[in-house]
Amino acid sequence: MSDTQANTDTRGLGRKLADIDKTAVAPFLALAALFVLGALVNPSFIGIDNILNVLTRSSFIAIIAVGATFVISAGGLDLSVGSMAALVAGIMILFLNSAAIDGNFAMLAAGVVIAIGVGAGAGLVNGAVTTLGRIEPFIVTLGTMAIYRSVTVWLANGGSIAMKSSEMRNLFRPVYTGTVLGLPIPVWIIIAVGLLGAFILYKTSFGRHVIAVGSNEDVARYSGIHVNRVRAMTYVIQGICVAIAVVVYVPRLGAATTTTGMLWELQAITAVVIGGTALKGGVGRIWGTICGAFMLEIVGNIMVLSNFVSEYLIGAVQGVIIIIAMLVQRTLQRKG
Amino acid sequence: MNSDQTHRNDGAPVLEARGIAKAFGPVEVLTDISLTIQPGEVHAIIGENGAGKSTLMKLLSGHLQPTRGSVAMDGEDVTLAGPVDAEHRGLVLVHQEILLAPHLTVAQNIFMGRELKRGLMVNDREMNRLAAEAVRKLGADIDPTTPVSRLSIARRQLVQIARALQVPHRVVIFDEPTASLTPYETEALLKVIRNLRDQNVAVLYISHRLPEVAAIADRITVLRDGKLIATRNASELQPVDMAKLMVGRDMSKLYPEREETATRETILDVSNFDVPGYARSASFALRKGEILGFAGLIGAGRTELFEGIVGLRAGHGQVKLNGKPVRFHSVRDSMAAGIVYLSEDRKGKGLLLAQNLRTNLTLASLEKFTKGPLIERKQEEQGLDKAIAEFDIRARRRDLLAGQLSGGNQQKLLLAKMMLLDPSIVIIDEPTRGIDIGTKEQIYRFIADLARSGKSVIVISSEMQELIGICHRILVMRSARIVGEVSGDAMTEDEIVVYATGVKTNEAELYATGSA
Repeated sequence: MSDTQANTDTRGLGRKLADIDKTAVAPFLALAALFVLGALVNPSFIGIDNILNVLTRSSFIAIIAVGATFVISAGGLDLSVGSMAALVAGIMILFLNSAAIDGNFAMLAAGVVIAIGVGAGAGLVNGAVTTLGRIEPFIVTLGTMAIYRSVTVWLANGGSIAMKSSEMRNLFRPVYTGTVLGLPIPVWIIIAVGLLGAFILYKTSFGRHVIAVGSNEDVARYSGIHVNRVRAMTYVIQGICVAIAVVVYVPRLGAATTTTGMLWELQAITAVVIGGTALKGGVGRIWGTICGAFMLEIVGNIMVLSNFVSEYLIGAVQGVIIIIAMLVQRTLQRKG
Repeated sequence: MNSDQTHRNDGAPVLEARGIAKAFGPVEVLTDISLTIQPGEVHAIIGENGAGKSTLMKLLSGHLQPTRGSVAMDGEDVTLAGPVDAEHRGLVLVHQEILLAPHLTVAQNIFMGRELKRGLMVNDREMNRLAAEAVRKLGADIDPTTPVSRLSIARRQLVQIARALQVPHRVVIFDEPTASLTPYETEALLKVIRNLRDQNVAVLYISHRLPEVAAIADRITVLRDGKLIATRNASELQPVDMAKLMVGRDMSKLYPEREETATRETILDVSNFDVPGYARSASFALRKGEILGFAGLIGAGRTELFEGIVGLRAGHGQVKLNGKPVRFHSVRDSMAAGIVYLSEDRKGKGLLLAQNLRTNLTLASLEKFTKGPLIERKQEEQGLDKAIAEFDIRARRRDLLAGQLSGGNQQKLLLAKMMLLDPSIVIIDEPTRGIDIGTKEQIYRFIADLARSGKSVIVISSEMQELIGICHRILVMRSARIVGEVSGDAMTEDEIVVYATGVKTNEAELYATGSA
């Protein structure tokens, strides 16, 4: 009796090891491997300042990609996030320049609220057209991508929208450059967005519904879930995430240009996919996504620090990474 | 195209099954079938769903290989390596589903994969001409340049038949060709088949629609539970006799003792309910504690009627729940009113196969497991413990995915999931499809227990035996209408088949006399 007990125990342990979802762990292993590679290429890579700098720069994509994790796990797609970021940034700065409220701090606070409102609204447009119009999200967000970009260019008169008040700039700048307890504020914001995203996706019934809708829309519908409402809501979350990223972005340059957020949608989707979220929906990995965003920035950083490859090829390398990530995922799934 | 080959081996059947059997794993689905098909003969194969008709057809057309026995052509054993090999030997199969590219034209579909060429270019003019001719041979006049998507289902089927007959053929197998046709279209198809017969082609005709079998077949083979029950000349067999041969087994022990749990109190009253395209002015009443069966052939509109009633698809009509008129705009509404519907499509609409048991169990009733917005994992686990015990869900491990369960355990999980909504009316669509006999018995018992506890159950099933075994009353649907009601001693398969296939109605007599 005790023999069989022991047997099942050891088998249990072996099983537990075998059970660890490889697709969930893979991104973190890859991140660790990148750290080793970076250290080998250039010892200054591993310096704490460089690392914090890289994390700070990854914050826009990381925050946006958390939103994209919701959209993609529910079986959707949002190509408009880059243009949306430019639009939100433009409107936010125009408001800040309007000096509508007394007091710089109050202005900034109102600006943040407006940014989030515009982001949520732009997301709602994507969600509503996709669900009520029953149009492929690829097409809808391709359309809104063009619309949001074009409106931004129009608002900027083909140039850029810059914050006029240098006082307000100085007041706002620490949101990007400041540190709290040794960590840059953008990194704190990534952590906060990640925690909130993970809480919503893993612990609430809404998160469960997101996974159910992405897993099989029919089953979700037959289970009494309001599929359209859930879908649309993921786009709103995406919009809010874009707005938060903009709040971190604007203090960095103090301006929105016609190229703000260019190709961010590609980087965000790449981060989500290399983080282990299934592009066909039904699986969402918030921390994997954030890890993926870090990886994209680190690869760029290593390329700058090394002399092997021209940094102009960063895009190509990121493209290779997403393809390799998909191949790895496919192989791991087949074995599982 | 066929006449030069027909006399290759005089007197021998053109196609023959010699004691063939087919097993999938340990389960033998077809046992020792021997039958012959002669040139110029229409040989019908009939049987209930799951009797093995489709498997036999796949063996005879090279889609599957027999585990035992052999297939012979012209008296000699042959190995049909696959459907293409079978086609080379003059054996073509007309599939039940329409397998055409909707955006291509009639001619493009008919010649798909064997396009006629002139130099490097496809010869559209010649293909259009030949396609028009092929379709005309089938008694239809369709412009060969019409995209298939603009054709009715019946015309698409004709195109599919025309495509199949492009191959030089001596044997043509039709797999339930009339499943989606109207009586008029069916009659046209039967004419085509008679034409083939007159050209000395051998036709194998698989169907469970008895009137048309009586109208077209020269000989009839009856399958039941994978065994050949009888092969008779059609002239010796009336549709009622066919039905008797198709069913008729003693399964009385499978069903729990019938109890009169039905009360006089009407809980659900549906009148003149329409589901566009599927159900027309359906009216019925369900009593408290009653198990009400819905019988009919596949495609009769049963599933769609109830999906319409619970708000899963568009439908309109009057629905009264406990005497009060109700209207369900979404399935959430009907769930809240205490009505649950368990889909026949367990894997596609019932369970999230890629998610674990816990997620599936609580999906429809998540609000019972939350505090504020937060899911309480511990309560969910307790709920799963309870469901596993109560419904006897057998999973090797708790953390399995729903897709890793057997069909029977999936059905139990689906039941457990829907019962968490605490319904007063449970609608179960095909409760035992693809389920082993042991689990069937458990599910029947469970349904009886529901009725005893004062709930009302509607069972939709294509297995007549099961309805007779567990229901208090059975309504029969045919072609979108409720056409009959049987209860008490009148609940026999004969009686149901008669309503479901329309043998008794004038429409069916029309076929029978039209062909006789």
